Amino acid sequence: MILSVNELAFTYPSHSVLQKINFSICKGDFLAVLGVNGAGKSTLLKCINRVLKPCAGAVFIQNDEVGKLSQREIAKRIGYVAQRQESVCMTVYDAVLLGRKPYIQWEASKKDLEITHKALKMLELEEYSLRYLNELSGGEQQKVVIARALAQEPNLLLLDEPTSSLDLKNQLEVVKIIKRVVRNQQIGAVVSMHDLNLAIRFADKFLLLKNGEIFAAGGLEVMTPENIESVYSISVKV
Amino acid sequence: MVVKLKGMEKLKNQTTSNFNINETDIYLRYTGRKKLVLVVLACLIILVAIVAVNAGSMNLNLYQVIQSILGNGSNVSDVVIWRIRLPRILAAIIAGAGLSVAGCVMQNNLRNPLASPSTLGISNAAAFGANLAIIVFGAGSISSTSTDAVTINNPYLVTVSAFICSMIATMVILLLARIRSFSPEAMVLSGVALSSLFSAGTILIQYFAQDFQIAAVVFWTFGDLGRIAWPEVSILTCLIGVAFIYFMSKRWDYNALDSGEETAKSLGVNVERVRQGGMFVSSLIAAVAVSFLGIIGFIGLVGPQIMRRIIGGDHRYLIPASALMGSLLLLISDTMARTMVSPVVLPVGAITSFFGAPLFLYLLVRGYQKK
Repeated sequence: MILSVNELAFTYPSHSVLQKINFSICKGDFLAVLGVNGAGKSTLLKCINRVLKPCAGAVFIQNDEVGKLSQREIAKRIGYVAQRQESVCMTVYDAVLLGRKPYIQWEASKKDLEITHKALKMLELEEYSLRYLNELSGGEQQKVVIARALAQEPNLLLLDEPTSSLDLKNQLEVVKIIKRVVRNQQIGAVVSMHDLNLAIRFADKFLLLKNGEIFAAGGLEVMTPENIESVYSISVKV
Repeated sequence: MVVKLKGMEKLKNQTTSNFNINETDIYLRYTGRKKLVLVVLACLIILVAIVAVNAGSMNLNLYQVIQSILGNGSNVSDVVIWRIRLPRILAAIIAGAGLSVAGCVMQNNLRNPLASPSTLGISNAAAFGANLAIIVFGAGSISSTSTDAVTINNPYLVTVSAFICSMIATMVILLLARIRSFSPEAMVLSGVALSSLFSAGTILIQYFAQDFQIAAVVFWTFGDLGRIAWPEVSILTCLIGVAFIYFMSKRWDYNALDSGEETAKSLGVNVERVRQGGMFVSSLIAAVAVSFLGIIGFIGLVGPQIMRRIIGGDHRYLIPASALMGSLLLLISDTMARTMVSPVVLPVGAITSFFGAPLFLYLLVRGYQKK
């Protein structure tokens, strides 16, 4: 088991965001986290890698409690792609090399450069390596941040709505890449998504969040019209 | 916003034609060019320093200068070179580097391209401290020398007072920001508020001051490298040297911070601690430099901005490049200040602002056009 989340809860001073979250994933699992805006998807991802500190519960990565690991150690095990990317005055190569930060003491080693090169190749970004990030399209930028997360050599990938600002073609391409990487590298992925079609097509497991609680969790069997209607408050045909 | 290193695309085209060279080799050649920029800047500083040591109201030829530096000069040339010009030149190089590198780190930590030592009110706090020392504690006086009608008879009191006030401003900002988890907005707004508070304090003190005291204060605020001697140069060198090593040790953290707070945290960066350390050390540099030299504007703002446009935002190269550019700008400004209307020495703070402001506007316009 790569990730295990036990009784996780997170509360802002004004309101509760997550309550009693329990789930786990294994190597090669692609877990789609689904729910309406404000359901707690992004907060859940941030609590897993301690970008936000949970109020209660525990997260285990490879049986080690994340709360007891140093930030550097967490970064070596969990790669995170934030929902919003900053416009950075940095080349693609530099941006991906930054993924080696948890491993770098003073200067990037030959191994760091090799792993960066491998990540660029995996995401087919070699030809952009010396271009600046703000010169790239949304899809290309998304690939760069995924490559950076892969350069961390993580056991788990957390991706917060990686397709939200992309066109249909790029959405498909990015999710295919995530799926391929998860399968080939035998790592886990927790991906918050809005597109149910993409989720059903590519994810192995599903976590439906409603008002900060798990409404349904499991395989494809949980993606029933009743569950979807209840979570999204709309009528659907499957 | 970015002017890439010339020939970067060409370099890529040339190298990709060779099938034995991979992306890593191309990248190493690309970073090699950034290192070359650093070497060129260092050479330019040496060149300008040679010009500066020869320039001045007293005509000394290159031979006399070299003899003096080697310890074989006449008494007069020794005094001019060792007591006046060399400390001044070294002060320009070191203080320029310090102010510029402080601006570079502040711009990163505050996520604000307009950040500089004056953004946090450090300069205003130092000016308040100088006012306090000169007007309230009587450190300024009238003198009848031919060159200066007004002198500061207790410069150490003024320096210490300016430094204490700068550090009070720094500590208050950091304490206030701590309540808001060191958010850039909290720090900038605290800086603006404190800056306004110290300005108001300065106005009130000056309102009750005598003419000669106000003249002494104005003289202090001009910013002048001539008031520095070897002990102050040593203090600046040690402090800025240690600060530079500290900043370089955090250069990967600063790169991660550029990618956003959440990304930085996910890369193992303790964002609050990095911001707290960066702001404290850069404020300390600024406080010491302003206390010794007076207010020297625009170096902390323009130095990093110029280099960001030439070599990009990678702090592995941006930090040393900003330091070198700051040295170069202040050295050129000071040499101009000494030679433009020789034998009168213009205040270097006025020169840096006079040339820095149009240069900064040019960079801004150029940036917006590119957008």
